[in-house]
Order: sequence, then structure tokens, then C-alpha cells
Amino acid sequence: MSELHLPWLELSILIPLFGAGWVGWSGEGHSARRHTIAICTMALLSAIGEWIDFNSLGTFEAHDHWDLIGWIFHREIFVVDELSAPLLPLAALICLVTVLSTTKNKVDRVFFAQTLVSEAMLLATFSCRASWVLVGLLAVATVPPWLEMRRRGRCTRIYTLHMGVFLGLLMSGWSLLQWTHRSGEIPLLAGALLTAAVLLRSGIVPVHCWITDLFEKASFGTGILFVTPLTGAYAVMRLVLPISPDWALQSIAVLSLWTAVYASGMALVQSESRRFFCYLFVSHSSLVLVGLELATPVGLAGALCVWLSVGLSLTGFALTLRSIEARIGRTSMADFHGLFKQMPTLAGFFLLTGLASIGFPATIGFVGMELLVEGAVEVYPLVGTMVVVAAALNGIATLHAYFRIFTGRGRLSAVPLLMGSSERVAVLALTLPILLGGLLPQFQVASRYHAAIALTRQRQLTDVSPVPMEPVEDAAEENPR
Amino acid sequence: MSVAEILFQVLGVTVVASPVVLLASLGAASLLGCRLSEAVIVRLTQASVVCGLLPAVAILVLMLVVGTRHVTVELGHWMEIPQEEFHFRLEFVFDRLSIPFVMLSYLLCGVVAAFTRRYLHREEGFRRFFLLYAIFFAGMVLSSLAGTIETLFLGWELVGLSSALLIAYFHEYQNPVRNGQRVWSVYRIADAAFLVAALTMHHLTGEGDFSVLMGAGPWPEGQAAISPQHALLVGSLLLVAAAGKSALVPFSGWLPRAMEGPTPSSAVFYGSLSVHLGAYLLLRVSPILDASLPLRAAVVVVGLVTAISATSMARVQSDVKGSLAYASLTQVGIIIVEIGLGLRYLALVHIIGHASLRTLQLLRAPSLLRDYHAMENAIGSRLPRRSSGWSRMLPESVRRWGFCFGYERGFMDLMLDNWIVVPFLQLFRGADRLERRWTDWLSREPSRESDRIPLHPESPGRNLV
Repeated sequence: MSELHLPWLELSILIPLFGAGWVGWSGEGHSARRHTIAICTMALLSAIGEWIDFNSLGTFEAHDHWDLIGWIFHREIFVVDELSAPLLPLAALICLVTVLSTTKNKVDRVFFAQTLVSEAMLLATFSCRASWVLVGLLAVATVPPWLEMRRRGRCTRIYTLHMGVFLGLLMSGWSLLQWTHRSGEIPLLAGALLTAAVLLRSGIVPVHCWITDLFEKASFGTGILFVTPLTGAYAVMRLVLPISPDWALQSIAVLSLWTAVYASGMALVQSESRRFFCYLFVSHSSLVLVGLELATPVGLAGALCVWLSVGLSLTGFALTLRSIEARIGRTSMADFHGLFKQMPTLAGFFLLTGLASIGFPATIGFVGMELLVEGAVEVYPLVGTMVVVAAALNGIATLHAYFRIFTGRGRLSAVPLLMGSSERVAVLALTLPILLGGLLPQFQVASRYHAAIALTRQRQLTDVSPVPMEPVEDAAEENPR
Repeated sequence: MSVAEILFQVLGVTVVASPVVLLASLGAASLLGCRLSEAVIVRLTQASVVCGLLPAVAILVLMLVVGTRHVTVELGHWMEIPQEEFHFRLEFVFDRLSIPFVMLSYLLCGVVAAFTRRYLHREEGFRRFFLLYAIFFAGMVLSSLAGTIETLFLGWELVGLSSALLIAYFHEYQNPVRNGQRVWSVYRIADAAFLVAALTMHHLTGEGDFSVLMGAGPWPEGQAAISPQHALLVGSLLLVAAAGKSALVPFSGWLPRAMEGPTPSSAVFYGSLSVHLGAYLLLRVSPILDASLPLRAAVVVVGLVTAISATSMARVQSDVKGSLAYASLTQVGIIIVEIGLGLRYLALVHIIGHASLRTLQLLRAPSLLRDYHAMENAIGSRLPRRSSGWSRMLPESVRRWGFCFGYERGFMDLMLDNWIVVPFLQLFRGADRLERRWTDWLSREPSRESDRIPLHPESPGRNLV
């Protein structure tokens, strides 16, 4: 296996982990916020370093230089590959902009420490391939939101119930898979249990209510960090895709498609901004799953592109809503608020991120959505049509939200509601990749297609698909990144 | 490459780049919070129009001199996956259809920009208007010159977004905003049909280029490279897309609503350019229409029904812009009939003449009342009003029904609301109620904190800041 030039993976995981300890014990109020921003920036730089380094190697997978954890445990635990290489900087960016956009009146030391712990776990998750460590990380990641809800004195029954079932299915599925591997049997039941677990974690209807409940009861920032990196989709890629037969993937695709359409319709009738965001997010994340389950290179490449675009654009979208909430409180969408005059930049950013999420031309979402629909039409024309319908409904819902929040006769606030400097930086940090990814999409498309080819090959190696195998080296030569 | 070819490339790129540069400048300034003065915005717009129009005229002259009827300007692959033969080419075509349309776009956009400079002088939304205008301008030029169906879709989307936001230009009032939302919803349905058609076409032929889809000959002589059944499928989807964009039946209800925007945008969108974009699309894919007789018949029927219903509606509107909107639609319906009958040049000439006339009428609309007052003062009485001979021949009940039909805009909005929108929303509101019961039961308490939030937390005295 190739080796990175520096221990980027371990750095990006350990920096926030130790940083959490530092912020938790020493920081207070505003200094905790500054320290957290610095730590998140360092983690992001490490993740970007990993991405650049990995791309320069031109390989499918690589591990750290001076792999300390590998040396201790004698196993390759943290490995970066085509799938996870861009996800690490994406996850680090999501954490950074979430902290940057936390307004000074919402400063909370515990939140920052918890954010850093979550970031470390997230980056570790995205650095893991299918293993007990990944299963453990997926399980542990469910704890911080639960703790926060407890701390806020909110009822955690819905979250606990769903996550409890998720953990049960995940653990039993993985245990059974290990056992069937040893006995040489077909892991049908194990696959079914794992599939059920990741569908629950991804918020597929009808087991999606925990997401809306989380956003109702936890802080907006915690909700964003827990759902927008699409950890559920990552679990699908690592745990389910390699072992599931085609018919199982098709069933997941149908469920995901149903969820995408249902959630887009639900987004249209919501009267509060957080719930609206939840349904919009569930719809988009389900579209990613639809593409992942198509298991064709184009559909898969489209899904991976949409994954990046959803991660960036919906994080930006959610942060805009969070910024508004930080100024005026939770926002009803039952009437017009007329906030454009008081926050024109936020209005523009809201529109930009919303349009990017629905795949509007010249934004990062356009290419992914085109590929996704193309891949779907190729396999099942009806599925392609339904994807377009879901995207159309999401588009209607997005502009509806924009109009409700920013237009109408505004009630002028006694204090200025303009963005702060760190919020501007966060907006810029998200705007640049959204626009650059839209205007110059080739790099993203080539990289994601290459990853899709490699993943398809991996799946063929497990002998669940009848498609003839093609060496990944050949594919790499045909399509150099 | 010959000198003529190099000239074509340079001029072609300039025609395309000009509005895109304007959009990039105004967009970047807006994003970075840089407040450009009115004079700078106007200068940039003027420069963009001139820098695009003159090369377009030069290309026309050069084509006449060289004797060519089809010039392609390729900017390379925007993205591609060679292994899957998937590519998105940025290709622009200058031919007998696109050159008149792009010149018309440049001319009318220039006129409207000049008019707006004074019309919206010192208005609060001046910058916003010109930013949205730049999006529209870029969208129109890209759509007009698109050499691939994907490029056409790109421009098509830009036009749709700018339309919806400009209708909601007076965004402190609820009606324009609601109408903007309505128009956006119709556009999204049309866009969805367009996207499915584009991808189906791509899937069937393996190409998105018009030159491949429509045969080798220059417009309008190409022959579609698909079977009649496929032509019917793809053509029907494109007809839905065109109907949404050009407000054909059954989507006509949005057109008068779109008049809520400022007069310059009404003129350039719904009097002249945007409303003809659907017709332009059908003209561009006319070889597909030729491949299927039922499809052509459907186009004729849609155009005819639109023209007849729009003319009856235009006669009973109580405001000048609404009346002009339906008058426009009548002509668009006739243009669609012409396209369905295969009279493509006639349709193109009709589009150009109608767009120019309607722009003038809409720009004059705000001062029309003053003109009427001046005329009435001059003759010393009210202007005479006579009903037409046709209407006098009809029985009273039919006339009354016709009035109701026209005044209620053919009941089209009502039908769409009652049969589609309301049941759809009721279905999901029901699902929302079910979810609430489920989560309440799971948590053994009212689960939604969002039920208790105030309607207007931003009201003075309620601020949390």
C-alpha cells in the first residue's frame, strides 16, 4: 500500500482530539471560541494536506507515514482511499464553518469541546474502512448529541430509541458478518441487518423521525455536525455496498427514492425553518443513496459528486438559518419576515446554497445531479424521472423558504443584524468551493468517476455482481486524475 | 485554420462572453458587499450589450460574405467521462435561427437597460434589478446560441430564476412574492420535463449536440436521428417544457401574475424574449416534430387552444399590463401553430416582429393613462367604446359566460389549484399530522417545540440579541 509523505490522517484526528481536552479544561467563553477556530483550522489544513498528498501519489489507497496506530496495533486502521480522500477536508470544513458561524452570544465552552470531539470522531470514521473500529466509531458518534439533549433537559426518548435500534442492528449485523465469513456462508442475514442499520442512520422513511426530533431538541450546530457529513452514506459504502446483491441494492434504491420524493413534499408544508431544513436534507441525502445503489459507474460517480455538493451547500444553507436564528430566535415560515433589508448578504448566501443543493447550473450541485439522473435513466428511466421530480420539488421548497424569510414587510430591528467578520469568512469559505466546483467541474467529476470505478471493482471482487471484472489499474490509466 | 474561421471563433467567443462577464462583475461585487454606483452599473451593462451585439452583427456579415450558413464555436468540454462517452460540450451555433434571435436579445436587452436607467433611478433595488437582469441576459444569450441541449438547459435555468426573482422585485409586498413563487413552481415543472427530455435524448442517441440530434443539414433542413415513437416521447416532454416557459395552456395562468414585476422586466421577459423561449425551443428541435405526425398535431392543438383562450382573456382584463400579457400570449399561440404546421421562417419572423412591438407597448404602458387623458381632453369627451360585431351576434348568456371565462383566466389557475396543488399539499399535511402523532406517542409528551415559537420573533421588543 502506498504511503503518504506525512501522518496527515493521524494529525487531522489527533489535533481536534487533544484540542477538545485543551478547550474543555482551559478555555473560557470567547477564548474557547478562538482556540476552537484555530484547532479546526489546523485540522482542516491537515485534511487538505492529506488530500493533496494522496492525489499526488496517484494510487487507490494509502496510509500514513510514521503510522503510529498501525505500529502499535499491527493493523492498517486509518487508511485513505479514493472515496474518503475528499470527504476528510469536507468534514473538517463543515466543522470549521460551524464554529466560525457560532455567534458570540451563543458562546458555550462545552459546545466547542464537544464539537472538537465530534470532529475527531468524524475524521476517524472517514479514515476507516469496514472494520470493528468503524462500527465502534459509528456507535460512539451517537453519544455527543444525546449528551447535549440531556444537558439541555430535553426528552431523548425518540433519539435513544432510534439510535439504540441502530446500534443493535449494526453490532449484530457486523458480528454475524464476521461469523459467516469464517464459516464461508452467504452473508444474507448479516447484510440485511447492516442495511437496516445504515438506512436508519441515513433517515430513510419511515425511520427518519429521529432527525427532525434531533433538530427540534439539540442545538442547531450539533444537528448540523451530526447529519450533514452524511456518515450514514459512508456506512452504506463501507458496510453494505461490497456485500449486497443487486436485488438488495435495488430495494434500497427504491426506498431511498421514495424517501427523496416524500421528504421533498414534506419540506413544502413545513412551517418552521429547522424542520424545513431537516426534510430538505433528508430528501437530498436520499438522492445520494439512490445513486450509490445504482451501482453503475456513472450513477455512482453522480452520487459521489452530489455527496460533496450536498455536504457543502446544505451546510451553508443550515448555517444561514442558524445565523438568522441566533439573531431573532427560531424562525416560523408561516408568514413573511422581510429580513432582506437587514441581512442582504445572508439572503444572497441562502439563495446560493439553496440553488447549489438543487443542482442549479454554475454551482457545484449541477454536475452531480446531471450525472445522477443520467445514471438513473440509463438503468431505470422511471427512477431518473422521479429523481428529477424530487429535485423540482426541492427547488420549489427552497425558493418558498427564501421568500418567507427574506421578503415581506420587515419589522425593523432596534439593533443591526448584519453578519459578523467570522461569519463572513465562513460564508466565503463555502461560497468559493460551491462556485469553483460549479464553474470548473472536471476535476471533481474525474476524481469521483475514478472512485466509482474502484468501488465497482471492489464490489465485483466480492462476487455479488454478474458484471465482468476489470483491473482497477487499467481504469486508473484510462482516466488519470 | 483559415482567417475566416479564426475570426468566427474570436467573434463568437466575444458574443457569448460579453453577458457572462457582466454577470460575473455584478455578481462578484454583490457577493463581496461592494456597492457599485448606478453610473458604473449602467456603463458595464452598456459595454456588455455593445461588445456582444457588434460581434454578432459582424458574424452575420461575415457569414453572408463567406457564404456559410452554419458556424460552430467550440469552447471545449466543460466536463467529460471519456470511458462512458459522457460529455458536456460548451458549443455554440450561429445559424439562421440563432443569429436573428441573439441579435434580437441583445437589442431588446439594450433598450430595456437604457429605459431602466431612468425608470429605476435612485430606487432602492436598482443594483438588485441589474444583477437579476444580468442573469437573464446571460441566460438568453446562452439559450439562443446553444449548440447542445445541455447548454440550452443551462441558459433556460438562468432565465427561469431571474424571472421569478424579478417578479418578486417589490418584495416588501406579498402579492408579487406569491406570484414569483407561483411562476417559479411552473418553471420547475417545465425544467423537470426539459431535463428528462434532454437526458432521454442523450440516452437514445448518445449525444446532446443538436447537429447530431437533428441531422447534418443546417437549420431548418436537418432530419432527426430518432424513431417516430421516440420523437413522440421526447417531443411531448419538450412541449411540456415549452408550454411552461411560454405560458401555453394549461400553464397560462402565471403570465398576468408575472406582470407584478417592474415594467422593464415585464417588457423584456413576458412581452418579448422569455415568453418566446418556448417557441424558440420548439423551432430548434423542429426536426423532432417532423419525425412524428401526432406530435405536430399536439403542437398545433396546444397553440390553437392557447391563442383562442388568450384572446378571449385579453379582452376582459382590467389592467393594461394584464391585457398586454394575454395579447402577447395570443400571438405566441399563433406562433406555436405556425411551428406545428412547419412554417418555421414565418414563425421566426413573427417572433421578431411581435417581440419588438410588445416591448414598445409594455414600455409605454405606464404612461398610457396620461395619453388617454390627453386624448380625452383634446376631444372634450370620453373615448368612444364600441363592442365588436362578433360579440353583438352572440346571445347574452354566451357573452356572459365568455366574460366569466376570460375574467377568471379560463379557470386554469383554479383547476390547477383544485386538482393538483391543494390535494398534493393536503396529502403531505396529513402525513405531517401522522408524524406528529407518532413522535408524540414515542416521546410521551408534545414532541414539537417548533409549535410554540412566535410568528414574528424579529418584531421590536422581542429581539434576543
